[in-house]
Amino acid sequence: MAHVVPTDAPEGAPPPDQGRRRGLAGYALLTPGSLWLALFFVVPTVSLVATSLYDPTGSLELGYKMTGYVQNYPDAISAYWPQIQRSLTYALIATVACIVLGYPLAYAIAFKAGRFKTVLLVAVIAPFFTSFLVRTLAWQYLLGDNEFVVTFLRWLPFTGADLQLINTPFAVVAGLTYNFLPFFVLPLYASLEKIDHRLLEAAGDLYASPFRGFLKVTLPLSMPGLVAGTLLTFIPAAGDYINDELLGSPKTRMVGNEIQGLFYAGDYPTASALSVAMMVTIVVLVAIYVWRAGTDELV
Amino acid sequence: MKTTADWIGRHLVLMIGMLVLLYMLVPVIVVVLMSFNQPAGRNTYTLDGFTLDNWTNLCEPYQLCSSVRLSLEIGFLATLLATLLGTLMAFAMVRHRFRGRAAANVFIFLPMATPEIVLGSSLLALFVNTGFAGKLGFWTIFVAHVMFCLSFVVVTVKARLAGMDPRLEQAAADLYANEWQTFWRVSFPLVFPGILAAALLSFSLSFDDFIITNLNAGQQVTFPMFVWGANTKGIPMQINVIGTLMFVIALLVVVVGEVGSRRRGRALI
Repeated sequence: MAHVVPTDAPEGAPPPDQGRRRGLAGYALLTPGSLWLALFFVVPTVSLVATSLYDPTGSLELGYKMTGYVQNYPDAISAYWPQIQRSLTYALIATVACIVLGYPLAYAIAFKAGRFKTVLLVAVIAPFFTSFLVRTLAWQYLLGDNEFVVTFLRWLPFTGADLQLINTPFAVVAGLTYNFLPFFVLPLYASLEKIDHRLLEAAGDLYASPFRGFLKVTLPLSMPGLVAGTLLTFIPAAGDYINDELLGSPKTRMVGNEIQGLFYAGDYPTASALSVAMMVTIVVLVAIYVWRAGTDELV
Repeated sequence: MKTTADWIGRHLVLMIGMLVLLYMLVPVIVVVLMSFNQPAGRNTYTLDGFTLDNWTNLCEPYQLCSSVRLSLEIGFLATLLATLLGTLMAFAMVRHRFRGRAAANVFIFLPMATPEIVLGSSLLALFVNTGFAGKLGFWTIFVAHVMFCLSFVVVTVKARLAGMDPRLEQAAADLYANEWQTFWRVSFPLVFPGILAAALLSFSLSFDDFIITNLNAGQQVTFPMFVWGANTKGIPMQINVIGTLMFVIALLVVVVGEVGSRRRGRALI
């Protein structure tokens, strides 16, 4: 039962597919989890699409009628167009901010931290364990009108004395950036960590400046992590409404707030239509992005 | 000139990185400070005096402790099932060849790529359409949490398994270990840190979830839902104690895991 190791296999790394067994055992291991996902992810999605086509005059008490009422979609989208636009814009800005802040951090941990690597990684993950909502409330306090951040900024000569942070789009985007930053940093770090330093040395030997070496070697090799990180940031940020509710104002409402509100008000068809519309928008955007970025293996 | 540029290149990134890290830690510092805060007025969120009251009267705010207990129970049960199912799936994906593996990969990734509000509203739509609208509560939350934790478990365990040399398992087989012995003596101990990390991640995702839970909880109140409700009524300082405790416990688990795995010569993360 001895296996012959192909000689062209890279040292240390097992060749692909070696040790993979054929047969039915794979299906057996996959079945319980897949059933759960089918029952509580796929069936609900079908149910959501069905609900989005119910007659809008129905209610929880009277019941709903399936009339294939497609008009729910244009109605919901035109009624909540500003919120849809706002959600996508905020999520996009937060994602860009995550790249600007998160790339140096992931890079510093992967390449510059030396023996403090583990400590810094723990410092990135640790805030994640203190409840999302409690941390966002801490931001509410930090950005508050009479707290030191605003007081200090108002004191500066180039900012107005009536400067306000809380209840502004800035606060919402800052909260989104903060809350999803770990989701960007971790996959990117995993990607950077795998890079062979000898490639950078080779670039240096071929007279590439450190910056050119970064552009031509490090950046392309970190693309899978960058793509995964931006997706893990953009998607939840577009659907989030916690940051908006705690740090924003009625003028900054996002689509998540509206979907939640419509469900609470019992307008299930409109809420479902809005939810499906949002899912489709995000799937299309993500597909275009992944296709443009040219990364095959995401996970 | 080159040395100056070098110096900046070498240290600027590190300094920016540390500033970003500070940005990530500031709210946690505020949470810890607030847990010792004695606010001037009742339920106002301003730093005023030092007190241990919030720690000693932890359960004083109505429903705070019962909400934490509910979140712990659901987090524990959901993690148990999600970790079990997810680990099996990860083994299937990495160690077995079968038709439709690529499709299974996408299928497992999909729940992670769906916004929470969509996951939550789909489940609610299902429960309403199947007549479960009046029965929303513990079990509907549990079902939802297992569903969204599952994908994260699979991805985490898969990463660990993929980095593990299958030749170790073949060596065991060559030495006449049967499948069962190979699994328990070789595979499982090697993957265990990955499973532990996955369980930790799953628990924190479950404990922290608000958006999906809020849509499917009925009359039940989990900790995040308690905090959400408190925001409109005035925030009791005790929630910061819970936040601090979670932070400290997570830190302890990571440190113990790290020390333990270092002794055995491998890292948890």
